[in-house]
Amino acid sequence: MAKVPEDLKYSKTHEWVRVNGKIATVGITDHAQSELGDIVYLDLPEAGRILKIEDQFGEVESVKAVSELYSPLSGEVVESNTGIADKTETVNEDPFEKGWLVKIRMSDSSELDTLLGAAEYKSFADEGGH
Amino acid sequence: MRRTPLTSKHESMQARIVDYEGWSMPVMYAGILEEARAVRNGAGMFDISHMGRVRFGGSGATAFLQSLTSNDVEALKPSEAQYSLLTNPEGGIIDDIIVYRESEEAYLVVINAGNAEKDKLWFKQHLTPSVNFTDLSSETAMIAVQGPKAPEIVADLANFPELLNLKRFQYFNGTISGSSVTYCRTGYTGEDGFEIILSAGAAETVWDELLKIGVTACGLGARDALRIEAGYPLYGHEIDDATSPVEALLMWVVKLDKGPFTGSDAIETLKKNGAPRRLVGLVSSERIQPRQGYNIFEKGTDKQIGVITSGVFSPTRERSIAMGYVTTEFAATGTIVEIAIRDKRIIAEVVPKKSLLTS
Repeated sequence: MAKVPEDLKYSKTHEWVRVNGKIATVGITDHAQSELGDIVYLDLPEAGRILKIEDQFGEVESVKAVSELYSPLSGEVVESNTGIADKTETVNEDPFEKGWLVKIRMSDSSELDTLLGAAEYKSFADEGGH
Repeated sequence: MRRTPLTSKHESMQARIVDYEGWSMPVMYAGILEEARAVRNGAGMFDISHMGRVRFGGSGATAFLQSLTSNDVEALKPSEAQYSLLTNPEGGIIDDIIVYRESEEAYLVVINAGNAEKDKLWFKQHLTPSVNFTDLSSETAMIAVQGPKAPEIVADLANFPELLNLKRFQYFNGTISGSSVTYCRTGYTGEDGFEIILSAGAAETVWDELLKIGVTACGLGARDALRIEAGYPLYGHEIDDATSPVEALLMWVVKLDKGPFTGSDAIETLKKNGAPRRLVGLVSSERIQPRQGYNIFEKGTDKQIGVITSGVFSPTRERSIAMGYVTTEFAATGTIVEIAIRDKRIIAEVVPKKSLLTS
C-alpha cells in the first residue's frame, strides 16, 4: 500500500506539501511515483519563478509516461531539488524526503485550506483519483 | 481481453497488467529498469505467448513460403530457423516473422500478436491445395529466457546440456513433463538465450521452475527497452505496411536472388534507385525520452529531416536512445541532429542502430 504521511497536505494532482513557516516543500506522493514506475527525467523550475495555484511548474517522466506537475500553492520558487536530476530514482525510493521537488515561499497561506488532509487524500487515491 | 496460458500467473504475481494488442499482458513486475538490468547481467524471462504460431505442411509448403516471405527458406536445414519478412506487392512489410523448418515440407512460423489476424488471412488467401495450415496459437505457450546466464539455466531445466551447442537460430525439440517443447536459440533482447515453445498446459509449471532457479520475471516494458538498445525493429514503430526493408535496413533478410516473391520487384527497384530515408540509431546525453512521432531537425534550424520511431531511457547507458527515420543525407554516422521533445530541443548523434549500446 502506498504511504500517506499524516502530517502533510495533498493535492488532487498527487503533489504533497510540507509547511515550515512561510516555506512549503512540494513533491509527488508515493501513490504517484508507484503509478508512474521508474522515473528517469525531471523538469523543475528555476528559483525565482512565480507560481499561481494550479500552474504547471514542471514535469516528471517515467519510462512509460510523462506527467505534468501542478503547483499546489501560489508563491515564489526558492529552490529546486536539482541534486537529484541525475538520480531520479530518488523520487521512487524516497518520495516524501530526499525526493522532494521544489520549495515555494507561499504568498497566500490560506490556500493550504483548499488542500486535502491525509485521510481525504488516501480515500481519493484509493478510488483511483487522477 | 485475450489471456495467455500465463495471464493468471502474472496476476497472482501482481504484475502491472495492460491491454497490449487486445491481450492482457504484464507491462512490468518489479520495475522496467530493474528487469532490463537483470536480463543484461543474469537472466530474465518474458511471456510471449501472445505471438501467433502457425504451421504449414504438405508438398507445396516450401514453394508457398518461398513465394510469400523475403528470406530463403531453401537455405534452412531442418532444425534451423530464420528471421524473415512477409512482404506486400508494393514491397512494404506485412509482418516480421520467424520461420522454423521442421522437415523438408513442414514449417512453424511465429508472427506478431498485433498482426496475427491480418497475417492468417493473408496466408489463407494464398494457400494452394498442396499446402495445409494449422493454427497452434491457443494450444501452445511461448516463454523467452534471455541473458548471459540464460543458456545454462535452460539447458539445466531441459536436463540436456547439448542445448548449449546450438548456434543462434538453431533449435531442438524435446519433452518437458511429458509434453513436447521446442528450444530455439533466438531472442529479442540482444542477449544470448532461448525462446521456448511448449504446450499451454505446461506453461505455468515451467514458469515456476524458472522462477525457482532465480530467473527474473520481466514485462513488456523491459522487453521494449532491451530491443531498442539492441536496435531491433518493432512492427508499428520501425516497420509497417508502407515501409520498405531497404529503408529499414533489413535487406540482410531479403534474398532477391532466390527468385521472385511478393513485392520483390518493388524492393529491387527501390534498392536500385536508393531510398530517400533511412533508419538510424540516435544517442543523446539527456535523460528526457524521445518518443514515437517526435520530429527530428537539422541542428540549429527548423528544417525537419526525420521522425522518431522508438525511444527510451536506456537502462544500460542511463541516457536516452532512440531510433528514427532521417533523410539519407543526414543518415551518416556522427551526424549531429536535434530532436523536438514537447517544448524542448535535445542534441543527438546518429549511430548505426546496431551500436546503440556501444557508441
